[in-house]
Amino acid sequence: MNRIDKTFATLRAAGRVALIPYVTAGDPTPAVTVPLLHALVAAGADVVELGVPFSDPMADGPVIQRASERALAQGVSLSDVLDMVAAFRSKDAATPVVLMGYANPIEAMGVAEFATRAQQAGVDGVIVIDYPPEEAGEFAGLLDARGLAPIFLLSPTTPEARIVAVGRMARGYVYYVSLKGVTGAGHLDTGEVIAKLAEIRKHVALPVGVGFGIRDAASAQAIAAHADAVVIGSRIIQEIEASPASEAGERAASWLAAIRVAVDKVAKRAA
Amino acid sequence: MRDWVTNVEDTFYIIGSVAGPHPYPMMVRDFQSVIGKECLTQMPELAGRQPDIIIACVGGGSNAMGIFYPYLAHEAVRLIGVEAAGEGIATGRHSASLLAGRPGVLHGNRTYLLQNADGQIAQTHSVSAGLDYPGVGPEHAWLKDSGRAEYVSVTDDEALAAFNECCRIEGIIPALESSHALSHAAKLAPTLPREALLLVNLSGRGDKDMATVAERSGLKFYCRPDCDPSRR
Repeated sequence: MNRIDKTFATLRAAGRVALIPYVTAGDPTPAVTVPLLHALVAAGADVVELGVPFSDPMADGPVIQRASERALAQGVSLSDVLDMVAAFRSKDAATPVVLMGYANPIEAMGVAEFATRAQQAGVDGVIVIDYPPEEAGEFAGLLDARGLAPIFLLSPTTPEARIVAVGRMARGYVYYVSLKGVTGAGHLDTGEVIAKLAEIRKHVALPVGVGFGIRDAASAQAIAAHADAVVIGSRIIQEIEASPASEAGERAASWLAAIRVAVDKVAKRAA
Repeated sequence: MRDWVTNVEDTFYIIGSVAGPHPYPMMVRDFQSVIGKECLTQMPELAGRQPDIIIACVGGGSNAMGIFYPYLAHEAVRLIGVEAAGEGIATGRHSASLLAGRPGVLHGNRTYLLQNADGQIAQTHSVSAGLDYPGVGPEHAWLKDSGRAEYVSVTDDEALAAFNECCRIEGIIPALESSHALSHAAKLAPTLPREALLLVNLSGRGDKDMATVAERSGLKFYCRPDCDPSRR
């Protein structure tokens, strides 16, 4: 069983919801990323999503785009991101690491080469925002063969047939984009999320994480009552942005710790 | 793009080139192909036969796709797309995705892209805004790989020279984009037999480019005092 499945199984048995922070690798500086990941785990993260910086982040809002630009200005490449994961893994053998990014840097490395190096670095899952399931067959197969989870996004406008296709191909968890918009947008409708989660669960047996637009304890709690995982990205990056590099990890972790408390107040369905 | 994904219920996405996710490249090609269909009908009427060579500029590639597409089955007709070499391909300041790019994925299509070794998309340059794009329509990538069309490039300076020539000799102000195609036609013509028929897609008008051309030529437009910001 890989680390993602193990983590969700443990959480489910304990009736807890997973908390998944997202940070962009190399932001604010490459040296901060690994300590930042450890700090997030210490603050209660069950899985960490690490963004691979890309020059044209079409699905991201301005906050994550800026994080990407800061990392690229310091020359952070996909290869560097894999090195960061390996460094993290040398001190944390249990917490799943999921890479999230766009197709082109992976294609530039070569998809098979990437899958092998990701496995060696200790990556557990990969989200490629611009690989729709129709185009992801080969890539998902390469990951799956190495025990890595291909993780897919579903959105409020995903038609049922595509949910079914994702349900067949996905491993680990699926990521429900809770609103129509880019990362960090501010118009989350919890009622709409609940209705769509029910539809997704008809076709997808995996845990469902919800993200895009969760920005405080109240919204995290509202989502945690219905989802298997709460994913938070832009709001954490805003904490990092507002801190000097030397304090970024600490500030982000203490913000996340408060969210952990809020999420844990939600009583879950019995295991 | 962000507005579209946020307001997808009441917003329709329209892209001005043959790029992006399926079916947009196909839709734009079909709409643009009116020019190719007209040429297919009118060339025999006006010139007595179909052209030997068709030349069109390529940024994203919509005007070229529009004029090439109805001619794809006419295999005797050579199709030449002209990319923007900007300050020269060797300088790195250009927009020649097909000539200097590598295949990759951007904006929902797999095609030739100007990118660095890490797969980050490169900054592009061309004197003509319409050619200044790091990718190219995927159907052009296919036409290049299959050998059905050829792709060449023309620099900013060559395009400007063709712009001036066309204004002076023909009294037609061509767009800077189309001036790339004209420049290549002028280069190619002296190497061809006298009876060769060239068809150039004059895809846009150059009155929009007058300020750019004036600036590059060291000229200043006359401007009423009340529209010159420095004199307000």
